Amino acid sequence: MPSLGADMESGTITHWLVHPGDVVHRGDIVAVVQTDKSDIEVEIFDSGTIEDIVVPEGQRVPVGTVLAHVASTKATPPPSPAGPGGPPTLETPAVAVPAIEVPAVEVPTTAPTPAPLAPQGAEHVSAPVGLVESPLVRHRAEQLGVDLSSLTGSGPGGALTRADVERAGAARAPKSAAPPSAPHRAPSSPFARRRAGELGVDLSLLTGSGPGGAIVERDVRDASRRPAPGEATPTGSVAPDQRRAMQRAIGALMARSKREIPHYYLSTTIDLTTATSWVERANLDRAITDRIVMAALLLRATARAVQRVPEMNGYYTDGAFSPRTAVHLGVGISQRGGGLIAPAIHDADSISLDELMRRLKDLVQRARTGVLRSSEMSDPTLTVTNLGDLGVDTVFGVIYPPQVAIVGFGRVREQPWVHDHVVDARPCVVATLSADHRVSDGMRGARFLTEIDHLLQRPEDL
Amino acid sequence: MSDRPAEAPVGPEPDAARHEHRVHLLNEMLRIRRFEERCVELYSREEIRGFLHLGIGEEACAVGVMEALTPEDAVVATYREHGHALARGLSMRETMAELQGKMEGCSRGRGGSMHLFDATRRFFGGNAIVAGGLPLAVGLALADHLQGRQRVTACFFGDGAVAEGEFHEAMNLAALWHLPVLFCCENNLYAMGTALRYTESETDLSLKASSYRIPSWEVDGMDVDAVEETARDAARAVREGGGPHFVEMRTYRFRSHSMYDPDRYRDKAEIAQWREKDPLTTLTARLSAEGLGDADVARLEAQVAAEVDDAVAFAEAGTDEPVEELERFVTSERTSERTAP
Amino acid sequence: MTVITYREALRQAIREALLRDERTFVMGEDVGHYGGSYAVTLGLLEEFGPERIRDTPLSESGFVGAGIGAALGGMRPIVEVMTVNFSLLALDQIMNNAASLLYMSGGQLNVPLVIRMATGAGRQVGAQHSHSLEGWLAHIPGLRLLAPATIEDARLMLWPALEDPDPVLIFEHAMLYNTEGELDDQPTAVDIESATVRRAGDDVTLVAYGGTLRTALDAATQLTQQGISAEVVDLRCLRPLDTPTILASVARTHRAVVVDEAWRSGSLSAEVAARVTESAFYDLDAPVARVCSNEVPMPYAKHLEDEVMPQAADVVNAVREMGA
Repeated sequence: MPSLGADMESGTITHWLVHPGDVVHRGDIVAVVQTDKSDIEVEIFDSGTIEDIVVPEGQRVPVGTVLAHVASTKATPPPSPAGPGGPPTLETPAVAVPAIEVPAVEVPTTAPTPAPLAPQGAEHVSAPVGLVESPLVRHRAEQLGVDLSSLTGSGPGGALTRADVERAGAARAPKSAAPPSAPHRAPSSPFARRRAGELGVDLSLLTGSGPGGAIVERDVRDASRRPAPGEATPTGSVAPDQRRAMQRAIGALMARSKREIPHYYLSTTIDLTTATSWVERANLDRAITDRIVMAALLLRATARAVQRVPEMNGYYTDGAFSPRTAVHLGVGISQRGGGLIAPAIHDADSISLDELMRRLKDLVQRARTGVLRSSEMSDPTLTVTNLGDLGVDTVFGVIYPPQVAIVGFGRVREQPWVHDHVVDARPCVVATLSADHRVSDGMRGARFLTEIDHLLQRPEDL
Repeated sequence: MSDRPAEAPVGPEPDAARHEHRVHLLNEMLRIRRFEERCVELYSREEIRGFLHLGIGEEACAVGVMEALTPEDAVVATYREHGHALARGLSMRETMAELQGKMEGCSRGRGGSMHLFDATRRFFGGNAIVAGGLPLAVGLALADHLQGRQRVTACFFGDGAVAEGEFHEAMNLAALWHLPVLFCCENNLYAMGTALRYTESETDLSLKASSYRIPSWEVDGMDVDAVEETARDAARAVREGGGPHFVEMRTYRFRSHSMYDPDRYRDKAEIAQWREKDPLTTLTARLSAEGLGDADVARLEAQVAAEVDDAVAFAEAGTDEPVEELERFVTSERTSERTAP
Repeated sequence: MTVITYREALRQAIREALLRDERTFVMGEDVGHYGGSYAVTLGLLEEFGPERIRDTPLSESGFVGAGIGAALGGMRPIVEVMTVNFSLLALDQIMNNAASLLYMSGGQLNVPLVIRMATGAGRQVGAQHSHSLEGWLAHIPGLRLLAPATIEDARLMLWPALEDPDPVLIFEHAMLYNTEGELDDQPTAVDIESATVRRAGDDVTLVAYGGTLRTALDAATQLTQQGISAEVVDLRCLRPLDTPTILASVARTHRAVVVDEAWRSGSLSAEVAARVTESAFYDLDAPVARVCSNEVPMPYAKHLEDEVMPQAADVVNAVREMGA
């Protein structure tokens, strides 16, 4: 039983993914272990043949217990994922971690992320960071039904390797009863992949014009010149390895945020009496599926408040703030099984409230089933986190760099409210603002929160 | 240029000088013998690896021929060339260091047993392709010819080489262009493990040379006096413009082809018979008759043993070439002076 | 400017070397009385005499080995091997001596030797005189391999080759000997290290050398009419390969077609393709393509020989198929 955490004392084998007689390679996932915290996949560090399983499924054993015996085969080298420079390690400067460890699709690091550092000693060509995989990797991913965007690259420069894909494929194989089917992907040239990464073009939306229908750089260039509506790309939200990778990435990003961004925090309680009754009235003549929820109204108010206080919407990069006119509101959504993502509702200030509501529902559903567009992941200009569902009153968010502010909403609940010298029970919400002091200050932040309050008092205008 | 090099001493010598010279021959052969015997030991201890072709029994060939050469002459040898190297003047230290793969070795540890080189002594190896050295020797002689130098290129090869095309090509070219090559055939009767009679339609090798109109000499390769005398005569003829000459030395190796082989192809009796002709024993007996005492022999042995010990200590204390230098000398480091035409 | 043939350019180069450096001499089959099997050395015997223009017996291993020995002995031999097909008879000397002596001797014995040989097909001389085997020799560390494809390179590569302290093999495509071109009356030096861009373009890089340079340039002209701008890189030096020049071109064009008259398997074209894939993978907008000879011993019949050899149309097709 491996130690899967500093404080882990024992673990329960929930699944064996291998059986006696199976040939395993270094890096294969062989079992799933339940710890006090979560289910964790156990990888093997030797290559060989499983001789026997010592600890059966369901049994809890201390760390250090022999789980199974492996007859090692030294002659056959493991399919090493490590390139000349070895896999990128967690010691890689944190600034580089999100981009290297996780494809950009998972974390809203947005456009001008500082260039990640190449791993030391990678003398050969290192893969441009981002959406570049080798043709073989894409091919195997299709064969195994593995979603590449969910993987962490272990190759030179953080490139995804075949071993990464096969490991993920092996991990998911026993769980899915039916053979995995991935949407067909057209082949694409390495140069096209590289440029797609650089230009933020989602290759899955393109039709290739190259030989055999391959996507070539020209297709990427053309696509980058036109706005891309288009179809969704899967992000495979539920794979545990993705979750781990995501957790690492978020951790690194948040660490960077806390290290680099001088946060300041404000909070105000907003009376939602008017808004609540407006929502009730508005929903009277709507079908259940079309009903508006308070959360949509809160998002809308936040997006609109930016008009008054534009310092909250944009990016801080290279020592300067660049405001954005469009408000792409990131919506923090917790995923099943852990993990938090914040995909964007584009133009949240200008689309109709019904459209906003529709997109919010769509987004939440897709985020939880794992199908998101890469642009949704990379575009937020300002993020809202709403933990009202989870029963907390107040949430102070950590800013997603390079964004400059995050607005938090707690649960809506009735509380004593003094109005015109009368104590009344009214539906209220605590709205918070965490903002970047390099860009704005308490005065502007207060202005922003009070503007949200004002807007919520005139819901008909939203 | 016609800087005719001083010839090695020739002709009848005063008895005392002659005796001293033969003690020197014995000493040289003894050095080779004891050096190679130590190599066997080191090989067993894995201090020496790879192929190790020993010339134990053939010492008279290398020592006798080298006596006929001057420092300006060139030597091309085979892969069984420890004796040639030592007789040519390479130190035991640099030779042993080479066998142990050390940077202090005569080829920097790059060559090993089969590729001993020393440019300063015009010792051009150390060639492990049978007959591959013969065209090289022709070219070295051609360079001397074109530059008007009265030098000899001595080229050693075994009986196996005469079956190779390069032997015949080289014989023909040398004879055709009348080049100063001394072809020194060490006929030990076996091309690796196959006897000459199984591989040659004509086993009289000197006839092959004669067919190219190359004067050929046969000599008992177990008798260093005879080898030296023949080599001096042949080398003098070559140096004086007589074109290539061919000396066939009938010799025998007492040990197997390389360090360990089953030696199934030879009778024990045959080996024993040849051992009776051991060139060291033969010469020692002659010298004893001239008054060399057991104490003198013991003194020689002690000197040689000390030299071998010193060489081994030197090699073992040698340095491994840094792996960073692995790719040095694939091409020259000398920058060619580029001049516009 | 003077118009001369490739053959004359080679002869001028050899003559210049013989005049400039008395260590230089020419050796090979039929180089003297016959005047050279491709007439490159015609007239040199009369001018320089039999000591410096040496007819050899038909013994490639012998006289190539003698060239190596002469180089070790202080000379600067120019050895002519009639064609690369015959160089196989001298492969032992080239590989085990010329290329290895410096290294085996720990840096003591360099071999300043130049070996010239004809290569390539196109004259209906069948399977034993037509092959392009330079790729085999390009496998060997310690050698420098040159492929002059232009009149200028034919005229100017020999001298730096003779100045190189190590063995240099020069491959002259047999179809080039009669080609004519302009040569500067005051020829300057060329290097023997770098590849060069013979024609600039944007859409695809055609990598060629020796006999296929003409093929690639013709293809580039035809591609222009189809709106495709092809860059043509002449390798010039087959070992060591000038990889940076190839990569720089591919980084601009994002596509590469290697044009090599040799067979495809285990070839120089494979080496170039591999290097592009190794080092310019993320610049590639299409798989590297190769146009090589069919993998057959060269047939005699004209139409079959033409079919085997890379033609400009084949190059154009390869470029079209990669969607440039």
